[in-house]
Amino acid sequence: MVRKAFGLDRPFYIQYTRFIANAAQGKFGKSFVSRVPAFGLIMERFPATVELATSAVFIAFTMGVGLGVLVSLKPYALRNRFIMAGSLFNISIPTFLTGILLIMVFAVYLGVLPPFGRGETVTIGFWRTGLLTWSGITHLILPAFTLGMYQLAVLLRLTRAGMREVLTEEYIKTAWSKGLPPRKVIFKHALRNALIPVVTMTGLQFGELIAFSIVTETIFQWPGMGNLLLISIYESDQPVIVTYIMLAALIILSLNIIVDVLYAYLNPKIRYE
Amino acid sequence: MNKRLIKSKLLYDFLRDPSALVGSFILVVFFFATLFAPLIAPQNPYDLEKVSLEHFLKPPIWMQGGEPPFLLGTDDQGRGIFSTILYGCRTSLSVGFGVLLIAGTFGITMGLLAGYYGGKLDSVIMRLADTFFSFSTTLMALLMLGLFKQRSVLVVIIAICIADWVRYARTMRGSVLEIKEEAYIMAAKATGAGDLRLLLRHLLPNAMPPIFVVIAVDLAVVIMLEATLSFLGVGVPLTEPSLGMMIAIGKDYIYAGMWWLVVFPGTALILLVVGINLFADWLREELNPKIER
Repeated sequence: MVRKAFGLDRPFYIQYTRFIANAAQGKFGKSFVSRVPAFGLIMERFPATVELATSAVFIAFTMGVGLGVLVSLKPYALRNRFIMAGSLFNISIPTFLTGILLIMVFAVYLGVLPPFGRGETVTIGFWRTGLLTWSGITHLILPAFTLGMYQLAVLLRLTRAGMREVLTEEYIKTAWSKGLPPRKVIFKHALRNALIPVVTMTGLQFGELIAFSIVTETIFQWPGMGNLLLISIYESDQPVIVTYIMLAALIILSLNIIVDVLYAYLNPKIRYE
Repeated sequence: MNKRLIKSKLLYDFLRDPSALVGSFILVVFFFATLFAPLIAPQNPYDLEKVSLEHFLKPPIWMQGGEPPFLLGTDDQGRGIFSTILYGCRTSLSVGFGVLLIAGTFGITMGLLAGYYGGKLDSVIMRLADTFFSFSTTLMALLMLGLFKQRSVLVVIIAICIADWVRYARTMRGSVLEIKEEAYIMAAKATGAGDLRLLLRHLLPNAMPPIFVVIAVDLAVVIMLEATLSFLGVGVPLTEPSLGMMIAIGKDYIYAGMWWLVVFPGTALILLVVGINLFADWLREELNPKIER
């Protein structure tokens, strides 16, 4: 019967060796609930999560670094004090609450953005994308901001701290006295050096990003991997949970390698032998 | 009162820092409000005899249709929002302090051993810690809860501890490595102190200051984590009060304009976390010898 069909009647060591042998060949077993391969089930939802996560990182990185630079130039200006207070407040709000508050303001009261779903999608090859339709983009805005918000505040604070330190260095004074335009001094001389801890932090937070994408997808009923994981947890669908864990580990690992390569670009003194 | 404390720089600085004072004031209010919740709350929202479905979805008392004693309105089960918040903060704080105690003790011990003995033990503990750390506390705790079958406050505490001890271990190890070669440790060794005495009497107390900051920050992190897990429906069971779950219930009613179901528990959660963070910020600067104030 069902126990037999999934091999659950065998002793656990046989189940385990069989699992390892299959996993090594890329076979992660079938979902207990929908009886199709768990890996395919997850990959089907992979594009939705990737689109959400990359938009969130993009928002967090551009806005976090941009605002961080702005604040660092005049740390005591009133406007910048407001930005800093806002960022402390932001760190103290859990992601799920950010999401619900954004829905309340933009979807319920103002009614300008859709509160859930992914909108219309276009399929290119195996990739179902929502980025090519207007409805897909409007559906992306709220979830992407929700997911990016937490990181944004962290990156802003790091950039500000880094910039304030770098801006007092001798070589910045030299750059100013050479008569370089402010754009060059700030972005080329100062920011590049201040960015190293920011990039480290972005790398360290990929785990958090995946975790909070689960939260965000639940709030906005975004049809991604995180949503699937949570449903699988409710239904105790072990194969899907295990496959998800493996895939998450793989993603975190490869993203960290990319970050390591980025270091070498930011700081030519770092050389990997 | 202790004379050393009154004269200390710590207390002097504390009383002159507005954010530390505001932060600890918020914490004290929350602490007493949750401690005496049964006396303050107009209704015990988890006593089935006191809850009646007749009072479901009432707005706050100052709005049309609000009625006493439901100060901030009621939810879909007829539970008073104000009372549920008080009981929910109890869960938040007990999970918070529970995790600090268990994960803190375990993590500090692991960090101490890894830093002191080094070598293979260090590698094993730290590689494990790195793996946990790159998965992030939230994801680890979520996956742990996915593997547990039962749901209770204790299970949530255990799941968070499994994910969270790493934070303490890493900080403690770094701190131990920093002071391990100090002259006073050498001196203690030279007088023939054993490993146990060195660890507990000399290394532990001197390696603690960075840990205090971690404890303060971690309390906020754990409280948010518990709320997040309960919001997702994998945290505390439905029979326990929780701010996260209140918000999950209220989420479905915001489209009907019933904002109080989300806004009040959300405000309570944010206030609690802001209070802790303000205090932690002050503590971080106070205990950092590099910043002279």
